[in-house]
Amino acid sequence: MAIYQLNVNGQRKQVNVDPSTPLLWVLREELKMTGTKYGCGISACGACTVHVDGIATRSCVVPVSLIGDRSIVTIEAMAQDPVGRAVQEAWVDKDVVQCGYCQSGQIMSAVALLKATPKPTDTNIEESMGGNLCRCATYVRIREAIKSASQQLS
Amino acid sequence: MRTAAKLQEDLNLNRRSFLHASAAAAGGLLLSLYFDFPALAGDGNQLPPPKVYPPDAFVHIRPDGRIVITVNRLEFGQGVQTSLPMILADEMDADWSQVIAELAPAADVYKDPLYGIQMVGGSGSIAHSFQQYRELGGKTRAMLVAAAAKRWRVRPDQCRTQASVVYGPNKQLAKYADLSSEAAREPVPEKVSLKNPSEFRLIGKRVRRLDSRAKCDGSQKFGLDLDLPGMKIAVVLHPPVFGGRVKSLDDKEARSIDGVRDVFEIPLVKGSGVAVVADRFWTAKQARDHLKIDWDLSGIEKPDSSQLWTRYKELARTPGNVAMALGDEKAMDGVTPANRIVAEYEFPYLAHTPMEPLNTTIRFDGERAEAWVPSQFQTMDQMAIGEVLGLKPEQVTFHTEFAGGGFGRRAVIDSHVQREAATIARRFRGTPVKLIWTREDDVRGGYYRPMHAHRVEIGIGPEGMPAVWRHVIVGQSLVAGTPFAAMLIKNGVDETTVEGTSDTSYNIPNFHVSAHNPTVNVPVLWWRSVGHTHNAFVMETLIDELATRANMDPIAYRRKLLKPEAKKLRAALDLMDEKSAAWRNNLPKGHAAGVSCHEAFDTAVACAVDVSIENKRPKIHRVTIALHCGLAVNPLAVESQFQAGVGFGVTQLMAKGAITFKDGRVEQRNFDGYTPPYIMDAPTTVDVHIVPSTEAPTGCGEPPVPVISPAVVNALAKLTGKRYRSLPLVSV
Repeated sequence: MAIYQLNVNGQRKQVNVDPSTPLLWVLREELKMTGTKYGCGISACGACTVHVDGIATRSCVVPVSLIGDRSIVTIEAMAQDPVGRAVQEAWVDKDVVQCGYCQSGQIMSAVALLKATPKPTDTNIEESMGGNLCRCATYVRIREAIKSASQQLS
Repeated sequence: MRTAAKLQEDLNLNRRSFLHASAAAAGGLLLSLYFDFPALAGDGNQLPPPKVYPPDAFVHIRPDGRIVITVNRLEFGQGVQTSLPMILADEMDADWSQVIAELAPAADVYKDPLYGIQMVGGSGSIAHSFQQYRELGGKTRAMLVAAAAKRWRVRPDQCRTQASVVYGPNKQLAKYADLSSEAAREPVPEKVSLKNPSEFRLIGKRVRRLDSRAKCDGSQKFGLDLDLPGMKIAVVLHPPVFGGRVKSLDDKEARSIDGVRDVFEIPLVKGSGVAVVADRFWTAKQARDHLKIDWDLSGIEKPDSSQLWTRYKELARTPGNVAMALGDEKAMDGVTPANRIVAEYEFPYLAHTPMEPLNTTIRFDGERAEAWVPSQFQTMDQMAIGEVLGLKPEQVTFHTEFAGGGFGRRAVIDSHVQREAATIARRFRGTPVKLIWTREDDVRGGYYRPMHAHRVEIGIGPEGMPAVWRHVIVGQSLVAGTPFAAMLIKNGVDETTVEGTSDTSYNIPNFHVSAHNPTVNVPVLWWRSVGHTHNAFVMETLIDELATRANMDPIAYRRKLLKPEAKKLRAALDLMDEKSAAWRNNLPKGHAAGVSCHEAFDTAVACAVDVSIENKRPKIHRVTIALHCGLAVNPLAVESQFQAGVGFGVTQLMAKGAITFKDGRVEQRNFDGYTPPYIMDAPTTVDVHIVPSTEAPTGCGEPPVPVISPAVVNALAKLTGKRYRSLPLVSV
């Protein structure tokens, strides 16, 4: 066990965990932030996507010991982010969700995409969202919502 | 799963069919379940659903005006948490902006009115509860009006209602919230008049989901997110071959990990496994990785996919138990070889892999238990937990948790996950324990859509139409040896094996369908749209092949071949034709259009796809869907189900869309080896068109799935000249 000081959504958080513990489980079990989801544990589904220093990151394969003082941003903070808010509103407006379990990760990937590429093409969308599995396959509306958020933000 | 109409028919036939079935399992567990279909008179230990549903079990009007409507089913994406309250709120004239929906716990009053158990399946949520929720809304409204009329000393028929307010004849008005305690003292009317469709304010309108916002900001809690004070986390190491048993266990290293609370062998439905309980998931998983187990696999059948194919193809060469026989048995004798087609198909095992891994949380206090389960089968899961803990079902308080998908995987007859969780919780009296199946457990844990072989011989008659059709289907039964067998196995044929073929909508004069249901040591389960997954594929690809041979347009050919009574499917086909004609006749170079149509669960669907080939894979640019589901309660939800449901159906076509066995072991492990469709694999756009109707609504959860894969390979056939009869589609 070791003590880590984490910067999560702009707040200092202290945890005492095994150094190999993935960031995902630190968020979910130590910090009780369950918006970030466990789907596969091998970075194959994207349900656990968070932003680490602004980069969309699969938190299920990043040991907490590697985080250091990098900033971690999760779905819980998206309403405070202008792009995050626009994406969430587009998701609600387009009635994207079905079971909803993957959507935290989808939204985190979409926000990272729009911050890097404000006007994404279908190819950009497929490249950036291509690691986020939605078993309900709500992909048609995910595309629509990303384009809609992009328009709202411009 | 059967359709409502078929179920009702069977219930009428079987006046008394209490299924006191018991299946003795290898682990020594006894599954005894007992159905009380409401159409049957009954006595027994489980109460049937009430004849009159008490509105107070479904509607609660809070003093602040919020109206809480209880949903008698699991919400796992299909949208009932919005659609069922819409129905009730419409008849109640409730202010929709004030409606809150809650998922019901397990209780007799929340059983499916037709199935008689609390469950989601067979695309029955709206089909079975439409009338029930309308009446509940109408009765609640009538009680509110009666209370207002009494207060104002007027007749109820002088009052009208709108948006949670009762208006009297002399400009009186009272809010529902202010009337609710008086209304509660009014008798529940036995009958109420319901609205004419023209009076609907919500039903038939595009209404957004109630759970959308919580699912976009991370606040929606799913079963896996549950956190209770003092809760422990459990994982189970399962045997490498189904039914294996622990011969010896070395848990020294596992126990040395800080935070591990216990390691112990547990019986499984088949064989045994080892449970690890810890304070945290990561600890439990690490400890599990350090277990050293010697497994006893003696005397256990070790399934092997290549051997199974050989066996299945051999079986398919002889007729099985007859599911349907029309016309002349010997009609094929008169068909010349040039007019015969023989087609053999292969379909692999498929895992459901819902995004939220399987889980169940239980706290056992000795005399009672409390369970939190994302469950499609509340009645069975509650009984199973009770059985393991030595409790009656009603001693198990059972909370229905939101589920991250399911597709059938949370509707398991033997409740194996709940039994594991209860077995573990029994050792931790007073402490809640959450059992988590990792993704690896899920991919390797069985309960798959069974593998199937089909063999079809067709004799082509005049004008290229099929005159003779002999069809043999081979695949495991989903229900043999379970309480469902008596309802679903007819003449030795599991209906779920042949559905979509034996009841085809096409008019084929000499038509023979039979099935073999071999026993294999692989647990199998219904997978969204069940038998239609493979039956629609076989039927719709062969019909397309016949149309091509007859030099006919595939839509015109289908139209000609449809039975006169297939009115819904014809209407869907016509609408699809109309809506897709422009793009189908104007495709870019390298693209081809493929079509299909199929009726499942009383909903008829026609599909056209625009496909090209990229990197030896089908690229699905566009899909046009037309469907007939009776009255579309929430057209927005119907559209969503179809737009995404066709994407789910693409699972069957994925290069890594198969679970395979070697020496008894599953060869895949996680999404790297078993890969469902991602955004680039699914259709880019899907336009959905609903045939206008005021007929009784039918389900839309499963019907989107069967049509997509045959339509795609029909398009591929145009591009490559090849017919694709083996799934998965490894390369084009």
